[in-house]
Amino acid sequence: MSEFFTISVLVATVASGIRLATPFLLAALGETLGQRSGVLNLGVEGVMLLGAFGAYYTTLETENTLAGILVGVGIGIVMGVLYGVVTLAFKAEQGISGIGIFIFGLGFSDLLFQSQVGTPLPIDRLSELEIPVLSEIKWVGEMFFQQHALVYVAFLLVPTMWYLINRTTFGLNVRAVGETPEAADSLGVSVDRTRYAAIIIGNALAGLAGAALALELGIFQQNLTNGHGFIAIALVYFGAWRPSRVMAGALFFGMVSATVLQWKTLGIVQGTTASVVAMSPAVLTIVVLVFVSRRIGAPSALTRPFDRGR
Amino acid sequence: MADLKPGDVMLEMKGITKRFPGVLANDRVDFDVRSGEVHTLLGENGAGKSTLMKILYGLYKPEEGTIEFRGEPVDISSPSDAIDYGIGMIHQHFMLVPTLTVAENVALGLGTGSRFTQDLGPVKDRIRELSEAYRLHVEPDAYIWQLAVGERQRVEIMKAIYRDVSLLVLDEPTAVLTPAEVDDLFVTLREMTGSGRGLVFISHKLHEVMDLSDRITVLRSGRVTGYTVPAETSRENLAQMMVGREVLLAPNRTRVEVGAERLSIQGLNVESDRGTPAVTDFDLSVRGGEVVGVAGVSGNGQRELAEAITGLRHVESGNVLINNTDTTNWTPKEVRGAGVSYVPEERMRDGAIGAFTVAENLILLNHDAPPISNRGILQFRAIDTACSDLVSRFAVKTPTLETPTSSLSGGNIQKLIIARELSSEPTVLIASQPTRGVDIGAAEYIHSVLMEQRADDVAILLISEDLDEVMGLSDRIAVMYEGELMALMDREDATVERLGLLMAGVAEEKV
Repeated sequence: MSEFFTISVLVATVASGIRLATPFLLAALGETLGQRSGVLNLGVEGVMLLGAFGAYYTTLETENTLAGILVGVGIGIVMGVLYGVVTLAFKAEQGISGIGIFIFGLGFSDLLFQSQVGTPLPIDRLSELEIPVLSEIKWVGEMFFQQHALVYVAFLLVPTMWYLINRTTFGLNVRAVGETPEAADSLGVSVDRTRYAAIIIGNALAGLAGAALALELGIFQQNLTNGHGFIAIALVYFGAWRPSRVMAGALFFGMVSATVLQWKTLGIVQGTTASVVAMSPAVLTIVVLVFVSRRIGAPSALTRPFDRGR
Repeated sequence: MADLKPGDVMLEMKGITKRFPGVLANDRVDFDVRSGEVHTLLGENGAGKSTLMKILYGLYKPEEGTIEFRGEPVDISSPSDAIDYGIGMIHQHFMLVPTLTVAENVALGLGTGSRFTQDLGPVKDRIRELSEAYRLHVEPDAYIWQLAVGERQRVEIMKAIYRDVSLLVLDEPTAVLTPAEVDDLFVTLREMTGSGRGLVFISHKLHEVMDLSDRITVLRSGRVTGYTVPAETSRENLAQMMVGREVLLAPNRTRVEVGAERLSIQGLNVESDRGTPAVTDFDLSVRGGEVVGVAGVSGNGQRELAEAITGLRHVESGNVLINNTDTTNWTPKEVRGAGVSYVPEERMRDGAIGAFTVAENLILLNHDAPPISNRGILQFRAIDTACSDLVSRFAVKTPTLETPTSSLSGGNIQKLIIARELSSEPTVLIASQPTRGVDIGAAEYIHSVLMEQRADDVAILLISEDLDEVMGLSDRIAVMYEGELMALMDREDATVERLGLLMAGVAEEKV
């Protein structure tokens, strides 16, 4: 255990924890916005997989990472429109439609991968973007300022999302339609339009989260996300629908994962123990959720379709 | 906008017809509003008042008819169209977002600032100005969930004034207010008509209608059945126009010899769902042949009191005695066995199961005993006999015994619940808001049933927000405020003013 508690290992662990937290954070921030508008999307995992494949395939073909990222986001937007039509225009049951989106994403991303690529060809991974001056700082620089671009994007999105929800007209509309859509409607706020916008932004971020995962690993395979999207949904509850607390949850999860990886690398845990410890992030999340979330702050209209005149 | 003089026609709705599956909700209704007046729409539940106003506000589309606003034909197909024309509406159920502040609720939909910024500073300033001008006190930074109902009502009105509506529809705005709050509301409303606005007032409280209205239009079954002004009519007259026959507004009370003490509550303490004190050191007793009314604004512990008596809620301390037996914290079934029946305030949540048939709801109390069931098997012939008898005895209007209860009107569902509760021949009856939201005809009938029970030596605890009801039926009146008994008086000593002050928490000097 003593080999874990050296400065260099700890610094590396924190740096990798932040990196591992990034896809969770992106997806969870998007889901936060969607849920604040009253729409639950259990299909985050599926959208992430499609976004991941889109980003991977585009980068493989064009060798342009930025194009990959944009395609990932674009796929998220398309899925957002689709989910909006299903849940808003057709008022389908949100829990079930989300599971449908997940299964679709899981199957379709693998189908495309098998037919278009076949064998897992590696692509260029996202390169580190060293922030001038700040990355020079001892330890701190390595932890925070030698990350890839999407890490910075994700963490800058935390205050941005807070501002969007709490300090803009759009955010006020989102909060209103997520709590009391009837009241918003009676004041001329379009419930559907507001929810469409929130869902589309949310899904775009899920697509981006998938892209971040694929481009960071430089690979795609069946079920690449392996539960990331579901954890992200749990983090929204864990974070009580507030971007800063969602970030805390994502970081907590990333740190635990990074620690487990580090222990495995250092041989502190081995074999069956390693497998058991590897489950700990998920177990810890559930345990914390049980204690933390008493559904305080849940948008009252979450999962409730709005039907005027009813 | 300033071209209308007081008395000029502002809104004209002509020949409005609206059909719902199986119902003609509005049948060629004509209705107009003039600048500077209060025009009341009066009618029973389901008479079509709300439908007509929802058409005006763009929530429903009429099949036929035209709407003219300020002399121009208009097409209102959504609330935002209505808002653009300067039409505002205060809905029966508050349209407020509880997790937002007053200022945020007011600003919602206004698009103050640009799309990407939201500066509530000017909004708050304007709210303070208007508060002053209309004597309408609201605190811009308070969250809605922190406010009492009366304050929420003021926020609703603030929303309308802030948008500078020229026509405001108020759908039963006084339903949840104390008499004093109603007076304050009327002051504000007169301030609004004074500045040339037109108001539509929807209510079924006849004395308020007589008080506030300039003109009155009465609807019944979707049609206009009367049109009058307060000076030319009376409450009895209005009730007759609403119901279509003569109505007894005050129940016939006969002298009844008061019997033994049947319900006794001693030092009762009960907690609310949130664990805060809901009923505090409450003492009250009801004798056979006596109605004790509990007056108070909803949410002051009445529900918790009723539930504690009937075994539905845990009693923290104190005692409940039924016919001299201590039934504190007995199970609901045991309490019923001791002779208590309960008509709950939330009829569709606690009183009846909507998806069940009329017969199924009627046997909920005694389905586990002969003759209704035999060794766990329901006896349909016996059920049929018992239920047919109850339905006819209590005048429940239902097509068949197999009709789903949810398709009956509120008044008939209430009669069904009362029929079931009285089928066990109780000695103590707890009746919570027995006629709330019930049409006048059914209310009249329910009152007569309660009076019959009183004559039969039943002890009745009547919990009601409707002061006319409490004063009309009770022998003694208790006033409840924040879980405490404010005062207990004989009916002869009660006046609306006195009860109103007590309901608002103003304690009296002990005499």
